[in-house]
Amino acid sequence: MTIAASRRRVLALGLAAPLMLLCRRAGATPEAMAAAIEAFTGGGTPAESGITLDIPLLVENGNSVPITVSVESAMTEEDHVEEIAVFNEANPLPDVVRVRLTPRSSLGRFQTRIRLAGSQTIVAVARMSDGSLRRAAVSVIVTAPACRES
Amino acid sequence: MATAMVNIPETAAPGEIVEIKILISHPMETGFRPGMDGKLLPRDIIRSLRCEYDGETVFTAELHPAIAANPFFVFHLRADRSGEITLVWADEKGNEFRQSGQITVG
Repeated sequence: MTIAASRRRVLALGLAAPLMLLCRRAGATPEAMAAAIEAFTGGGTPAESGITLDIPLLVENGNSVPITVSVESAMTEEDHVEEIAVFNEANPLPDVVRVRLTPRSSLGRFQTRIRLAGSQTIVAVARMSDGSLRRAAVSVIVTAPACRES
Repeated sequence: MATAMVNIPETAAPGEIVEIKILISHPMETGFRPGMDGKLLPRDIIRSLRCEYDGETVFTAELHPAIAANPFFVFHLRADRSGEITLVWADEKGNEFRQSGQITVG
């Protein structure tokens, strides 16, 4: 190998390495998200109604994205929302947050702020006290993702 | 340290649904982010949050690194008796923090 060729290679590596670090999509993929949802639902099929996932469709700053999940429920002892889980498909990990509610919550709703590492689909799944499941999915576009370097 | 701003109503009508808000001051370091030396910064996140109303657990949350820095949560509960509302949160090192407020119903 000539000196010129090896120098070229070193230069190329030097240029490519940081790019690879930034662009490597670690962790969650749509498949990882599906697996995490599967683990939460235990294989049950959620209904696509009775739950709302409120999130901006166009996110300018992925470091802090407000989300609200609301589940229609009387929130009585016999019929209430037990758990709500939020999943994503482009962050390093598929889980976002899990919340357990009680009849005293009175509203099947909570609000928080999350990070999004790119445009993706966010899924919220609720498990009711009778074991039934509900699911809502929203696709969001993220212009400035929460990245590992920021 | 993990200080927080907590919003618990001081008074409520019997049976009123009140809103509880908490903003915890915490970096929520994901463990996926390189620091100045190029090495990954160690993961340091708030892992759990719960709310107790007069000793009864009414709300719990399990947080993951996808929660934004300075975790913010809003949830509700039905107030039917005067008592103490306590928010308890913990990081992964086992440090537990709590803050409470008194609610007067009537």
